[in-house]
Amino acid sequence: MKRRQLLATSAAALGLAATAGTRGAFAQSPMKVGFIYVGALGDFGWNYAHDQARLAAQEHFGGAIETTFVEAVPEGPDAERVMTQMALSGAQMIFATSFGYGPAVNAVAARFPDVAFEHATGYMQDHPNVSLYNARFHEGRAVIGTIAGRMTETNKIGYIAAFPIAEVLMGINCAYLHAKKVNPDAEMRVVWAFTWGDPALEAAAAEALIDQGCDIIMSHTDSTAPLLVAQERGVHAFGQASDMSSFAPETHLTAIVDNWAPYYISRIQEKLDGSWTAGNVWPGLAEGEVLIAPYGPAVPAEVQEEADAMIAAISSGEYNPFTGPLNKQDGSVWLEEGQAADDGMLWGMDFYLEGIEGEIPS
Amino acid sequence: MLRLEKRPSPSRAWNYATPLVAVAATMFLGGLLFLALGKNPFEAIRLIFWDPLFSPQFAAYSRPQLLVKAGPLILIAVGLSIGFRAGIWNIGAEGQYIIGALCAAAVALFFYPAENPLVFPLMIVAGAFGGWLWAMIPAILKTRFNTNEILVSLLLVYVAEKLLAAAATSFMRNPDGGGFPGSRDFTRYPSSANNEIIANTGMHWGVVAAFIAVIFAYVLLQRHLLGFQVRLAGQAPRAARFAGVNPARLVVLSLGFSGALAGMAGMFEVSGPAKLVSIDFNAGYGFTAIIVAFLGRLHPVGILLAGLLLALTYIGGELAQFMLGLPAAAIQVFQGMLLFFLLAFDVLSNYRVRFSMPGRKAEAA
Repeated sequence: MKRRQLLATSAAALGLAATAGTRGAFAQSPMKVGFIYVGALGDFGWNYAHDQARLAAQEHFGGAIETTFVEAVPEGPDAERVMTQMALSGAQMIFATSFGYGPAVNAVAARFPDVAFEHATGYMQDHPNVSLYNARFHEGRAVIGTIAGRMTETNKIGYIAAFPIAEVLMGINCAYLHAKKVNPDAEMRVVWAFTWGDPALEAAAAEALIDQGCDIIMSHTDSTAPLLVAQERGVHAFGQASDMSSFAPETHLTAIVDNWAPYYISRIQEKLDGSWTAGNVWPGLAEGEVLIAPYGPAVPAEVQEEADAMIAAISSGEYNPFTGPLNKQDGSVWLEEGQAADDGMLWGMDFYLEGIEGEIPS
Repeated sequence: MLRLEKRPSPSRAWNYATPLVAVAATMFLGGLLFLALGKNPFEAIRLIFWDPLFSPQFAAYSRPQLLVKAGPLILIAVGLSIGFRAGIWNIGAEGQYIIGALCAAAVALFFYPAENPLVFPLMIVAGAFGGWLWAMIPAILKTRFNTNEILVSLLLVYVAEKLLAAAATSFMRNPDGGGFPGSRDFTRYPSSANNEIIANTGMHWGVVAAFIAVIFAYVLLQRHLLGFQVRLAGQAPRAARFAGVNPARLVVLSLGFSGALAGMAGMFEVSGPAKLVSIDFNAGYGFTAIIVAFLGRLHPVGILLAGLLLALTYIGGELAQFMLGLPAAAIQVFQGMLLFFLLAFDVLSNYRVRFSMPGRKAEAA
């Protein structure tokens, strides 16, 4: 009896919430905003950074919005189902925070034309309610590349890369280029992890790089494992996606921080105002979407100054990190003297720059 | 004092009752867990078990999704159960699933964009063949060199994952995809699309194949000599040998059968729900299917029900996550509890619980 009553009342409450959600008319009812993450938000990397932005938005808007999330959603049919159920539950806006959610985002967007979809790092935009956003992470790589070039003693910099795609190659090339600029003897060793987040594998990759003589580790994967290894082995390392200094208090040099909060807050505001339209943006250091974390104790003052100058030059727009003359690994010309890479050229990047050894696996 | 006494034969009543008892125990302890996390336990349990099936808001969508999620699990688990019954342990269904999908994708990409009604059947054959081929590696290594099929099949999963990543980022990459990883969308190529047979039912060809596999396995195990040999080899390997069962033949057949079904599952998934070959195409179905097989007690009908139950906890678990803000880990613990209790209460069908007064020994101690 009691159970029945409970079910009946809660079903009624749910029904009410549903109508309120679809109409969006109740002035007092908060707008529902859903987030889906590809990994656990406890990774202190990619997913954690997105969740920090969700929390910042929730705090900013207070009772005006209600944020919900599902973590560790595999790309593919599971993502499509989760987003559909979010939309059915009355979510007015959904942030899909992984590249591989693209097909699912577009499939669900077709079914819910009134729901605003924000897809991170994607490229498929088949419907007017699908928006794309990304960050110029490679700008941060120019800064940490500079620091790495100055601070390496063995002249070997280790790089843990996820998959051979343009975004990752931009990072490797940009870090290498700027290390080389301040230290012509600098070499880059790249290990391909073929995963975005697998702490055991990332740790093994860091060990391997250190065993090869690398004394600085940077990574383009999601977990803190490389930092823990670096701290243990006493080599310097950079955090990825969030400030990871607490995992390597002595050897953490700085981190490239993904700061999604300003974008999330402005987009949610637009949705609340009714002025939201789909866009496709790629902000970076200038907009504060990519941040450089506070420098660790190991970074000398003059290196800090040099890094700050790099941040300032990129932020003001006077310097494009990919400016010619630049050759591809095979020696062919990529950029002429003084030519700056445009966005299309960056997304077409499927090569190492001249000087990086090894082959991109395929 | 509690004492377990072996039953002369497994209790039929408990056999049917234990799943219900296990679900009830999971609800109770899971409820306590949710309560400890500061959530309303009744609401959480309702969201997991009731809402995906009956809520007016979600059920129309999530009920068909149950079939979509359970389909590949059942198809793979049915294949695995045959080998498991015979004591042949194929742990690498995940790899066979990937290779099946890749072979099927290769067929589709070969014919693209020509419209031909034969493409889809050919993809099914290619998927089954790919899975079979990948399973033949541990099978032949075992029959020829007596290697351990558990290790070989498991390690081949990682090889398959590398092949998948290579396919998605290089040789199967969509030439119109701007250099991003991922193949063409097979659901947009009519000849290869594994769409719903009837709209909004969730029934795609993979689900049909899963049902057929359940019936086929049932008939095989109950009515066919091979099924008898499988059961005999599992229960009494020595007796099986005396009865003329050829162990090598059984290894090849059961690994091949499970590989082919896993490959087919990959084919139906890549051409339908997953849409394309992507770096992370495999979502762990091959491993989860092992749980489904044991949850269903290696019985085809049991596997059917177990697949649906597990799919329900996945779908309901997602609802509970975003409706209540429960962490994914809590849902995983909840699913773990369900499996634990199901296996734990199995004791009751094989053993009788006796209560007895403390004996003299206890007094002396």
